[in-house]
Amino acid sequence: MIYLFQVLNGIGLGMLYFLLAVGLSVVFGLLQFVNFAHGAFYLLGAYLTYDLTTRGFSFWLAMPMATLIVACIAAVIEALLLHRIYKLPHTFHILVTVGLALVIQEMVIIAWGPLGGSVPAPDGLQGVVIWGDFIYPQYRLFTIGLTAVLAGLLWWLLEGTRLGAIVRGGSESPSNMALLGYNTLRINTAVFGFGAGLAGLAGALAAPIRGVEPFMGIEALSVAFVVVVIGGMGSYTGALVAGLLVGVVQSVMTTLWPEGARLMIYIGMALVIALMPRGLLGRA
Amino acid sequence: MTPALRLTDLHSYYGKSHILQGVNLEVGQGEIVTLLGRNGAGKSTTLKTAVGLIMPRQGRVELAGRDVTGQPAHRIASAGLSLVPEDRGIFQLLSVEENLRIAERRGSPWAIGDIYRIFPRLEERRKNGGGQLSGGEQQMLSIARALLNGPKVLMLDEPVEGLAPIIVEEIVAQIRLIRDAGVPILLVEQNLAVCSQLADRHYILELGRIVLCASAQEFRGDPGAIDRYLGVKA
Repeated sequence: MIYLFQVLNGIGLGMLYFLLAVGLSVVFGLLQFVNFAHGAFYLLGAYLTYDLTTRGFSFWLAMPMATLIVACIAAVIEALLLHRIYKLPHTFHILVTVGLALVIQEMVIIAWGPLGGSVPAPDGLQGVVIWGDFIYPQYRLFTIGLTAVLAGLLWWLLEGTRLGAIVRGGSESPSNMALLGYNTLRINTAVFGFGAGLAGLAGALAAPIRGVEPFMGIEALSVAFVVVVIGGMGSYTGALVAGLLVGVVQSVMTTLWPEGARLMIYIGMALVIALMPRGLLGRA
Repeated sequence: MTPALRLTDLHSYYGKSHILQGVNLEVGQGEIVTLLGRNGAGKSTTLKTAVGLIMPRQGRVELAGRDVTGQPAHRIASAGLSLVPEDRGIFQLLSVEENLRIAERRGSPWAIGDIYRIFPRLEERRKNGGGQLSGGEQQMLSIARALLNGPKVLMLDEPVEGLAPIIVEEIVAQIRLIRDAGVPILLVEQNLAVCSQLADRHYILELGRIVLCASAQEFRGDPGAIDRYLGVKA
């Protein structure tokens, strides 16, 4: 039974990792841009949710608002700053985005203090689900359901719509998109904002589970990179599979060998890099 | 009548190399005009400069009388100058249908149904990935995409290069259909037989300058010019 809980926890965690990583992965696929500020958007999403709920907003309002605000902030940063460095080598991406992440993190500390806080589970989902022996928090089940629906929606958006075809086309060749009359700069900004919004949403959803603290962004960033590396850069399905894999492994390992839970993830990543450098589902 | 496309004294560079050294040419309404010349003469560069993929240092690009010089490629493309690039520019990871759908544009006289009438092979292969097409099919897809964009002028960069003769015939017939539908075409092509079948006028480019402009008739009657500008002997 304990394993069932750990697997369920792992799936919930893994779906959040997926939300977190898919934005990073799609942005990398589209722009070849390494974004170390991605965790900071997760951080911001969590803190905005925290802030709005403590001001008395319902979680159901705070979550979409936080997501939207993060997406807008990210789009503005992209349009003002980041698009200027896409063509530079990856070292510059890292320098600029690490700096950006630190700035955001420090601003979070200035605004909300270094101690963090907790976000209560939203109204209507504060209880537990009981089926015989099986007892599980409602909110955690809800996050699994919501992220599964979102994953389906995202897949449809990317693979089934004209908009998705435009994004995929842009990631293959920006200059060919320009020849068809598309302003790739604007597409880039939109996709970047969208990816950051997903990270913000992951933060908002994670807040009632794990609370908020200023360094959660760094942790999220490293997990997101592990997921992207294991799944394959730029691969949507890869992010989903790897997110779930990492979540479940981490969660089950906390029962088997708590100290090694983190370690296992990085060992897994090292193995993938050694054996399949493109990741499980990465494309050439 | 205002020409569909007019390039005036166009200069452009790759780094420090001065590639186009004052190109002047016009494509009239309803015309097919070819741009001939040896390798490295600047033919592809002329097309890329016209559409804004390369910024001209000097000169003017006018599309149906409107000055579009110096605008970014996506603007010039939206204004109606469509380039079918030499590498065909197919999105390999998108299906044929997706390749077409992203090119659809409100206000274009061409819809996907018209495209399938001209290029029935594309309809047969619409679920296939762009990367699975033969060279000829890729070329058709690339031309089809450009049409969906509703071009005022269509520029084709070596559309039949490396294709089997039977496919070349098919594409030549399709290009003719497109011209008959009223789309002016600027064609860069090494295959002289194809050029003389299609073109109303020819320009010859040498070292970044236009050295000859002739109607199809004058050109046929002047084999010396062909030898002088296009032959391989010195």
